[in-house]
Amino acid sequence: MAKTASTLAPSSKPRETGPKAVAKRTFGYALLIFFALIFIMPFVLSAVTAFKSLPDIQENPVSLIADPEHGGWTTEGIEGLNTSQVRLPRWTLNSVIVTVFVVLLRITFGSLAGYALARMRFPGRGFIFALILAVQAIPAIVLAIPRFMVMRQLGIINTYVGMIVPLAFDAFGIFLMKQFFEQLPRELEEAAAIDGASTWQTFTKVMLPLAAPGLIALTILSTQGTWNEFLHILIARIGEPELATLPVGLAGITAAFGEAQPWNTIVAGALITIIPIAIVFFVFQRYFVQGVAASAAKG
Amino acid sequence: MATQVGTKPRRLQLRRHRGPQRARLDWREPYLGWLFTAPALIGLVIFLVIPIIAAVWVSFRDWNGLSPIFESEPVGLANYRELLLEEGVRQRDFAISLRNNLYYVIGVVPVQSILAFVIAVILNQKFLKGKGFFRTAYYFPSITSSIAVTLIFVFLFQTNGAINQALPFQDIDWLDNARGLIHNFLGVFGVEDGPAFLTENEFMGLELWDWLAGPSVAMTAIMMLVIWTTTGTLMLIFLAGLQNIPVSVEEAAIVDGANGVQRFFRITIPLMRPTIFFVVTLGLIGTWQVFDQIYAGTAGGPRKTTFTPAYLIYFQSFTNSKAGLAGAIAVILFAIIMFFTWINRKIIRDTGDV
Repeated sequence: MAKTASTLAPSSKPRETGPKAVAKRTFGYALLIFFALIFIMPFVLSAVTAFKSLPDIQENPVSLIADPEHGGWTTEGIEGLNTSQVRLPRWTLNSVIVTVFVVLLRITFGSLAGYALARMRFPGRGFIFALILAVQAIPAIVLAIPRFMVMRQLGIINTYVGMIVPLAFDAFGIFLMKQFFEQLPRELEEAAAIDGASTWQTFTKVMLPLAAPGLIALTILSTQGTWNEFLHILIARIGEPELATLPVGLAGITAAFGEAQPWNTIVAGALITIIPIAIVFFVFQRYFVQGVAASAAKG
Repeated sequence: MATQVGTKPRRLQLRRHRGPQRARLDWREPYLGWLFTAPALIGLVIFLVIPIIAAVWVSFRDWNGLSPIFESEPVGLANYRELLLEEGVRQRDFAISLRNNLYYVIGVVPVQSILAFVIAVILNQKFLKGKGFFRTAYYFPSITSSIAVTLIFVFLFQTNGAINQALPFQDIDWLDNARGLIHNFLGVFGVEDGPAFLTENEFMGLELWDWLAGPSVAMTAIMMLVIWTTTGTLMLIFLAGLQNIPVSVEEAAIVDGANGVQRFFRITIPLMRPTIFFVVTLGLIGTWQVFDQIYAGTAGGPRKTTFTPAYLIYFQSFTNSKAGLAGAIAVILFAIIMFFTWINRKIIRDTGDV
């Protein structure tokens, strides 16, 4: 910007005119659109590829229109999703089961512990909180083998219990709920106590409903995290194809086919894995943004 | 943030050290507190605390991952010696994985941080509209399944795939090319073999010349994929930081006659320093854990050039039946990651908030 622009806050005016401002705006939008294309095109191309025939994909991998000479638009990729090697319905069912139960358990454990840590005074409270902070930082891959060991000792390898229960204990959920309960005014609990409500009643009837935004945030973030979870499920159901979830099943496809990859089926499977979370994301976007902000503030 | 030093950190400290400040509502609170936290606590102990201790314990044993763990032989430091000191394929594989991950970090962390910062600064410009749409578009890849996205990229990286068609070079066999980028670059000048002092000397069983190979083409593809996925999240963090900069500071600078470039380097960057450090350390923590993309994208190949310590843990314990050795890798990796986590936490503590 030139010296002439140094009058008071010209950039905060709603709209600048003049060639310089127009050029600036054009350049800004050009950059934004360029980046948007980079981030969105892979999904668009996948959506198109899912409905193309394999010879068409081989010949015109980037074309956004199916070639009539290769059969035009086809659902053969989608049909390939229910075969002996690609068992998408089964994987989807497993993903739904695991996600539903993990989310329910996380809400239960997270709100109970979060409430106690936010509002109750008891010996060991500081220690418990420090422990939660500490375990939150431990990378999953480091825990992979010993977790497998513990699950084997408990006899829960290759069971739904083994896939679900270890994922249900998640320090972030407790942390998130603690933050939400801390924001609620104390007076409400005092009023409930004066009215003769027990601690349990105060918690379930007064505090939990008020913490609904926190519960929704926890539900959404846990749904996304569990639906996409790979490493834990991979290890918890090692060698049991019946129990594969969508990510684990998908990760095995390319190895199962070797040279001739059915790309229309593969990208269709990938998109079907992405779509449910995409819908959740577009409906509840602000919770995702809050989640990033929360994890950024607390690491 | 530096501008909030006056009030914010103090309030945070009070809350952190004293906890709930009013009297107990219920005399049973000491018991109820434990009762409410018990379910979560028991689970965290069984699936997080015990595994951490077990991880260290396993690393001192010769366990194949299948036979009962308590029947395995204690071997002292043998697993660590095998990884760090004794010549052989295990040491070499570990050295290769460290090299690969090191280049991966050097490539991914600066690019994703700078890209996210640039995009956040553009999105923060007042003269642009429709930011909500763009923010959503950039952030969307971050919330998708890493495996699904990796498969899409494996498709895009095919030799006749979209990425080769979009780039103006001759076709690259992205996922099958084990050549290191630095070796490739030197090859342009006709340097095909390293000088004797690099090829004749080794560190951890790997020739110095191989240490200097750079990331393989295949690893570069994984790096591009990861940058594409994570930039959106980091952008959101930067955006939150940028929106914390008070408008008055910007306006004061404009009154003082600072131009856009000056304001960017003298105000935005210094005020964003805590956020920048935070994003960089977050990147350092994350990039040492890369696993999903390698598993589904390249499975460690071609010629082990996408082996990383995280992938090697899985490979040694579940493919190679060397769970004790994998435990030792896990402990070393844990130390690396904890170091960066410690720095990251220190930044949060020192600045109060990001």
